[in-house]
Amino acid sequence: MENKPGEGCETGGCHSAAVPIKVVALTPQTPSNWMEFAEGLWERNPVFVMVLGMCPTLAVTVSAINSISMGLATTFVLAASCWLISLMRHMIPKEVRIATYIVIIATFVTVVDYAIQAISLDLYEALGAYIQLIVANCLVLGRAEAHAARTAPMAATMNATGMGLGFTLGLFMIGGVREILGSGTFFDIHLFGSNFQPWVVMVLPPGGFFVMGGWLLLFAIIRKRKEKAALAATEMEVQHGA
Amino acid sequence: MSHASSPSVAVETLPLIRTLGIVSAICGLIIVGAYLATLDAAKANRQLAAERAVFKVVPSAKTITEYFLVDGRDIKPGEGADAPAGAIKFYAAYDAAGKLAGIAAEGAAKGYADTVRVMFGYTPSCQCVTGIGVVSMRETPGIGDKILTDTSFLANFKALDVKLNKDLSALANEVKVVKHGTKTDPWQIDAIAGATITSRAVGKGINDAAQMLLPKLVPQLQRLGTRG
Amino acid sequence: MKGTLVELRSSPHIKRERTVEEIMRTVVWSLVPICVFYVFQYGVSALASIVVVTGACLWSERWFVRLGGQAGDLNDWSATITGLLLALCLPPGFPLWMGVVAGWSSVALGKAIFGGIGHNIFNPALVGRAFAQAAFPTAIATYTPSFLPGRFTEFIPSSLALPLMTPADTTAWLHAKQLDALAGATPLAKWKFEGVLAPAGDLLTSLFSHLPVGPSPLLILICGGYLAVRHFLDWRVPTAVLGSAALSAWVLYLVDSHHYPDPVFVLLSGGLMLGAIYMATDMVTSPVTPRGMWIYGGLIGVLTVAIRYYGGLPEGVMYAILIGNAATPLIERVTQPETFGTAVKRGREKK
Repeated sequence: MENKPGEGCETGGCHSAAVPIKVVALTPQTPSNWMEFAEGLWERNPVFVMVLGMCPTLAVTVSAINSISMGLATTFVLAASCWLISLMRHMIPKEVRIATYIVIIATFVTVVDYAIQAISLDLYEALGAYIQLIVANCLVLGRAEAHAARTAPMAATMNATGMGLGFTLGLFMIGGVREILGSGTFFDIHLFGSNFQPWVVMVLPPGGFFVMGGWLLLFAIIRKRKEKAALAATEMEVQHGA
Repeated sequence: MSHASSPSVAVETLPLIRTLGIVSAICGLIIVGAYLATLDAAKANRQLAAERAVFKVVPSAKTITEYFLVDGRDIKPGEGADAPAGAIKFYAAYDAAGKLAGIAAEGAAKGYADTVRVMFGYTPSCQCVTGIGVVSMRETPGIGDKILTDTSFLANFKALDVKLNKDLSALANEVKVVKHGTKTDPWQIDAIAGATITSRAVGKGINDAAQMLLPKLVPQLQRLGTRG
Repeated sequence: MKGTLVELRSSPHIKRERTVEEIMRTVVWSLVPICVFYVFQYGVSALASIVVVTGACLWSERWFVRLGGQAGDLNDWSATITGLLLALCLPPGFPLWMGVVAGWSSVALGKAIFGGIGHNIFNPALVGRAFAQAAFPTAIATYTPSFLPGRFTEFIPSSLALPLMTPADTTAWLHAKQLDALAGATPLAKWKFEGVLAPAGDLLTSLFSHLPVGPSPLLILICGGYLAVRHFLDWRVPTAVLGSAALSAWVLYLVDSHHYPDPVFVLLSGGLMLGAIYMATDMVTSPVTPRGMWIYGGLIGVLTVAIRYYGGLPEGVMYAILIGNAATPLIERVTQPETFGTAVKRGREKK
């Protein structure tokens, strides 16, 4: 099987002298499973960097627990469907690939839907139609098409899990702030006592935009500062060198 | 498909169909498996949620039985199935001694943001609504959701009159929501000042459901009788 | 060779030196009498509200200008105007911490994110108010009567709510002071929920009763008139807003005078006067073409009446102006006068 070209190299396969050229060509392109996993967590975070799947991001993040549940449900769908798609990637003709992906994704969404009904009906009502709408989350189809369809199952699953957890993290960061300001609680624990004045707007849809925008602003500021510092550092170096 | 060079040959359809068929079959198996695996837990959850909602509006209830009013005539036990088309679902609530304590039914009407679904408890002895609970709503927090907390609004449902008229064809007096502070009759609901639309949705939901259900139900109340 | 230097300039050759700063400063001065009367109406709470809200606006402006390297400065007075207008359209007993939130977000969401002064598409003060309306719907609807005894020595208790905490109940406070008779909703809310109209004379001057209202419409008219005479604001916009509001209210009044209030009540109640004269006329967010101003003002007036009559909330000026702001680019595009000499018919050019 040509499933693990990268791993073969890491475990010492590179030393086999038979096909040295091929190995050299492959090494820089094939990230390790850990790199696949870490990619989606922060560096290419689906919420804050790729800005994918905004519909659930803005709609269900009224509390931390809702955000995490929604994120984990999406993670499961993402990981399971990417695994299956990657497994079948050689037998899916490209003419019907989107149809196939959607069927697979819809299947796992249905599974998640049943599972949440079995776990908690309150959670099911709180997330509402957004569970079913995971089918239409462009993050899932996007990763299937852009990554899982051309990657080995292990790497594809790792990457999808990372992306899903990154999505969960993004949702949690929005949902946590919205719950604290909108209800004065965090995971249903009261933070400010009973006299807290809730910011109603935070549990309404605009609150999702405000908090998301606030985080993006914060990241932009940090990035700008870093770039400035890096620029200053190189200038210093140049001056010293001259 | 490396041999697709000859232009006269159409796209081979068999592999396409075969792939879709296989994928669908696998997916079908997964779905059915998941459905069967979660069925019992989901059913138990639903029963629990229904009991919680009913116990809230009929406080003396200890057990409940689900019924459907089919075609506006027959009362059939629900037995956990989904409601057939055109049927109205309601619950008969029994107290600890197994006597009928009340009827709980659901009403729905358009509120400010979305449909407000309310569960109300009907007490046969006084022919009135004696408790309400909100099943689901998306009203503005801080304004519309006062229907859950506003004590003077909830006081409307201590004994909201829903008596039937003489020939049992409809309510004697329509349940009406009136402006805050102008309630005069026991079938009126005093709206919350500033949340009139949501208050009106609650009233309309109760009125519509009661108008449909009670004329059919009341003559047959004996049948629900006591729980064996 | 001295004196041979010739300065060449293209037209226009006559220009009036009127800087942004000068315009803004004059507007601030024209707001001073209104603010003074407002403090006279409501006492220390109103004063604290004006100071704190304006301070929050200035702080926000400062922070964003430094952060983003945007044009603008506290010296251009624009943030001061935003703060004063915002304070005037919030209740006098609005909790001060909420005032800080509203003031801060008015500049942040209304101005800074669009790129600073001159780039905003919505009136910043109204954005701040809209945020406060969405975040604190109860507090922003809680008005206390004006001209309360002891208002210069005692705060309205809701003003001094601790940060993030629910404000104290003003009804209980009034009850404790045995002033229940004066308590009541704003004239607009009274009309909407109870069908009671306040007398026009009281509304116009806000002087003869304890009505819980904003600053006096008469004073706003006088100060706005001064600005219009000196061409610091275009008279067309307020005329169009008030005219179309009065006209649509009048038509509805003719149709059903039991159900709808008379046009005078519509003009004098709520924030219509302040909105029409000071907020709809914001130079950045209103059209520049004269025809556009009429359309823009007319739209705001009609929307105000429509939202007041058919909306869920009693007041509609804020959303009407914000929608008008949003429509401004479109209105400007439609009403763009054709450049002289270019208005050739697009048909076939036969010779």
